[in-house]
Amino acid sequence: MIDLNTIWFILIAVLIIGYSILDGFDLGVGIIHLFTKDEHEKRININAIGPVWDGNEVWLLTAGGALFAAFPVVYATVFSAFYLALMILLTALILRAVSFEFRGKIVSDTYKKIWDYAFGIGSLLIALLLSVAYGNILKGIPINESRIYSGSFFSLLNPYALIIGLTGVSLFIMHGAIYMTMKSEGAQLQRMIKWATGSWMTFIVLYIIATFFTFFYSGYLFEGMTKNYLFWILFILLLLSLFYIPIGLKSQKYFLSFLSSSITIAAAFGISAVSLYPRLVPSSIDLNFSLTAYNASSSQYTLNTMLIIALIGMPIVIAYTIFVYRVFKGKVIISKDSY
Amino acid sequence: MDALLLARLQFALTVGFHFIFPPLSIGLAWLLVIIEAIGWKRNDESYIMLGNFFGKILGLIFAMGVATGVVMEFQFGTNWAEYSKFVGDIFGAPLAAEGIFAFFLESTFLGLYIFGRNKVSKGVHWFSILMVAVGATISAFWILVANSWQQTPAGYVIRNGRAELVDFWAAVFNPSTLPRFFHTFTASLISGAFLMMGISAYLIIKNKELEAAKKSFRLALIFGLIVSVLEVFPFGHEHGRQVARTQPEKFAALQGLYTTQSGAPIALFAVPFDNPPELKAPIEIPGLLSWLAFGDINAKIKGINEFPREEIPPLFLTFVSYHNMVLLGMYFIFITALGTYFLWKKKIWDKKKLLKIYIWSIPLPVIACQLGWIAAEVGRQPWIVYKLLKTSEAASITVSAGEILFSIILFGIIYLLLFALFLYVLINKIKHGPEPINPKEATL
Repeated sequence: MIDLNTIWFILIAVLIIGYSILDGFDLGVGIIHLFTKDEHEKRININAIGPVWDGNEVWLLTAGGALFAAFPVVYATVFSAFYLALMILLTALILRAVSFEFRGKIVSDTYKKIWDYAFGIGSLLIALLLSVAYGNILKGIPINESRIYSGSFFSLLNPYALIIGLTGVSLFIMHGAIYMTMKSEGAQLQRMIKWATGSWMTFIVLYIIATFFTFFYSGYLFEGMTKNYLFWILFILLLLSLFYIPIGLKSQKYFLSFLSSSITIAAAFGISAVSLYPRLVPSSIDLNFSLTAYNASSSQYTLNTMLIIALIGMPIVIAYTIFVYRVFKGKVIISKDSY
Repeated sequence: MDALLLARLQFALTVGFHFIFPPLSIGLAWLLVIIEAIGWKRNDESYIMLGNFFGKILGLIFAMGVATGVVMEFQFGTNWAEYSKFVGDIFGAPLAAEGIFAFFLESTFLGLYIFGRNKVSKGVHWFSILMVAVGATISAFWILVANSWQQTPAGYVIRNGRAELVDFWAAVFNPSTLPRFFHTFTASLISGAFLMMGISAYLIIKNKELEAAKKSFRLALIFGLIVSVLEVFPFGHEHGRQVARTQPEKFAALQGLYTTQSGAPIALFAVPFDNPPELKAPIEIPGLLSWLAFGDINAKIKGINEFPREEIPPLFLTFVSYHNMVLLGMYFIFITALGTYFLWKKKIWDKKKLLKIYIWSIPLPVIACQLGWIAAEVGRQPWIVYKLLKTSEAASITVSAGEILFSIILFGIIYLLLFALFLYVLINKIKHGPEPINPKEATL
């Protein structure tokens, strides 16, 4: 029988994966937007994610709320430790959120350009900061016996975390480009395929480098992995989905490519979560000081209550999310309701 | 400046700024539910046009609410880590429930509502604005559950140095949840009504889409009158009675009752002083407070003098913000009743000055919301969780004053810019007015 703490460890991972898959492509599209020159193509970018980005971002909010509810000590320790990084992340989230609404409202090229940058750089910062933060979690952060963090903002910007950061960014760019293959046509579509293949290669190279570095920085993550069947399932899924992406793109099966890219994200994150378990935040001072699913959790009563809430709520959420995505499926057509 | 004060300032700034938008979007969403229903059922072009017009305004306000709301979900952890550790077992649950039951609903269906008009059937389109309104309301509910638990904690025990949940429903429906929810929800409806009323009055004065503008004005005016009355009685009254019972020192501070007395008066006007507690130049109605709070003009009500000095809230701010909120509440009833009278007499459309007053009244309900919130939160001090945890023990230990100062400046600049742009874009949208629908599209 799986205990409640483990279930919540899995649910938090699922929420983060849901966020990475759904808002991941918004972020990727935003980064690509920085390099989009044509005004019509820019509008295709924005309107491709316009109706859905808001709902996608809720996955992050809910992950935050669920972390607070299930593992309050992690929520409190990590968020106060990453203070400045989080403040910059919040700024980026704010600017991205309003950029769509503000961009088209005033007829001025400079004004539009400002919001293009807000959208693009905002997306890049969000993708980078979240990935760098995750890199730091994998590496472990300096928390002592009494769960007090003793690092600084700059100690978060270490080489290992930056490599994980770039790996994450390349993954989001790939995901965004593949999403856009479903939404764009003609020359833009061809460019998106190039973006997708380019970032696909970059991601694979960075993922291998990151894995290599992980051996040195936090070798304990590999302990017992060869005997863990879950690890092997995820690893095979990762290989298969990565392998399929260029094939799918070549044979113009864009939806299947997008599905593969989503599985890639889920598998890559899943593997790291499996190796972290039961630790949520390893301590780089002494692994025994780590925050785990057991020593940092809420009471069994709360975990149980929250599980009931999640089991009632999430299936409904997933059902209407699928419904809305189906309404907006297919290529983007600019109309008078568009941004 | 010390880190605690800065952390409090930052929280006040970020919540205060965020709280401008949700009341407007909740109120506007419910009015749009009515407008879209009429447009759909009667296939009335001017209502469809109004739906389009106010729908876009809702989109803008909603985006501001989302953008500034993200900060809230993280700020408890970043700035109030000790608080988060103490209450996490209870406080996180309503926040997570809000995400699952409300945020997803409103955000997902808002996209469908704004971009899906011609992609789904009219019934589904109406359903999408209904879900936005329902979602926004549920969202308000869970946030008020969390905040009310800070006011009147219930359903917990203190164990392992923290508050642990033992009865979920007792915590959710703690003594102040329902009074505060109805009070705040109705305030949101007033905010939405005044927004729609003011914008419609502008369109009428400028003679833009007159026929449609008169319809939205009439709807918002009558709706506004009903909710303004309900806000005071029963909801404001009930909330006051609840505070009198559950948080007597807050009640005394709100009312300016500094010495215990039977037959306590209502202070209509006064200038409060903190040290020593004193009301100067008061205009009072004797016995009324006792009667309102306990149904007996002779009832004895505890004054500030009954409580330990270190456990009473700042008196000036609590009294002044509460009384100005009440004053505004009375104004809302008066101004909507006046309009309804002239509407009934069929003279309203010629009252240009009155119509202008409605335009300038747009921000007043939002200001009343801010004042009410200040009274509620300052009145709870020095506690962050009433009688359980002091605000001074709740801030993050590892975050320095410099870091908080940096983030206050960062948010301050961004919020200022955003607010200026928001007003600019909003005013532009209003000046542009509703877009006439060509008959071809209306039948789609």
